[in-house]
Amino acid sequence: MNFNHSPIWTLISTFGLMSLFAVGGANAAIPEMHRIAVDVQHWLTDKQFADVYAISQLSPGPNVLIVTLIGYAVAGVAGALAATLAMCVPTAVLAYWVSRLLTRSSHSRWPAIIQAALVPLSIGLMGASGLVLALTSDRTWTAGLVTAAVAVLAFATRLNPLWLLLAGGLLGFAGFIG
Amino acid sequence: MPPDSPPVAMAAPDLPISAPPGLLALFAAFAKMSLSGFGGVLAFARRGIVDHHRWMTAEEFNETFALCHFLPGPNIVNLSVVFGARFRGVPGSIAAFAGLVGPPVVIVTILAVLYGRYGEIDALRRILAGISCAAVGLLISVVFRMMMPLIKKRDVVGVAVMAAVFTAIGVLRLPLPAVLLVAIPLSVAITIATRRVKA
Repeated sequence: MNFNHSPIWTLISTFGLMSLFAVGGANAAIPEMHRIAVDVQHWLTDKQFADVYAISQLSPGPNVLIVTLIGYAVAGVAGALAATLAMCVPTAVLAYWVSRLLTRSSHSRWPAIIQAALVPLSIGLMGASGLVLALTSDRTWTAGLVTAAVAVLAFATRLNPLWLLLAGGLLGFAGFIG
Repeated sequence: MPPDSPPVAMAAPDLPISAPPGLLALFAAFAKMSLSGFGGVLAFARRGIVDHHRWMTAEEFNETFALCHFLPGPNIVNLSVVFGARFRGVPGSIAAFAGLVGPPVVIVTILAVLYGRYGEIDALRRILAGISCAAVGLLISVVFRMMMPLIKKRDVVGVAVMAAVFTAIGVLRLPLPAVLLVAIPLSVAITIATRRVKA
């Protein structure tokens, strides 16, 4: 670990900025997290990033927990807390002020226009997250098959996502993923 | 309450009849929603706030969520802050936020410690690999669900913007801030222009 510049500060500045650009929520920011954590900062390998995403999906709570895990990998418990707060607090303060502003002038048509403009953007970002994660997680054709099967099942049925995650874990344990 | 006491407030099914929650109630309610939320908390937040506690009507909830969805950052975190502030000001925001994020952060940190210690065990690696394949499939299904309204409306411009952002971030791997600084003004301009044409 490099002690010359504090990793905690890098975590705070990285995720504090990302917080304000994460249009469409934490899952839409995954390509950016991967770009910074794996390609730029070399905090995690590709495989570790895939593992971290799996763990964050396996635990209850908001999707933003992947940031907690990246922070933990970089600087332990302090890093986990720093990264989580950096990702949440700037946007939380913004949300607080905007909601107070809007309750005073609720007849503006700007919120509707901005929202309509952001919907296709955030879907495109989420799609990019799907692609980046598929490229990091699906190393074999059987792995790709499991991803495709889960995508179809989750799209077409109302199955609890937890069962699909557990089924994936069982297939992995059985050596199907390779 | 004794069973024969007069009904002070009749339960009207569509109205939020509960008194505004206190700080502890806010913390507890958001902690409960968060801890039951596997694969996203939103569905549990709606159930808890609208159906169970009746702190908001479905319509109020949709409006609040729409606001939180168009702001950047984790949507459900924004929702907890806006919701807490509405009833109890800044302390309410902090209570709801702490309830939403605190308990799961403890759980996920414990999982991270276990992963650090046992992550190299072969069986665990295989299980995690399987779970991550499935988790990616779940994310892809959400993307397709979100795309359906655009496709049903035959929104060519929306699909084009979506495809452009997907290519810039997913394929070309450009930095997010740069892409958004171009894409957001462009998308807002296109939305205003198409609304003028329709009007």
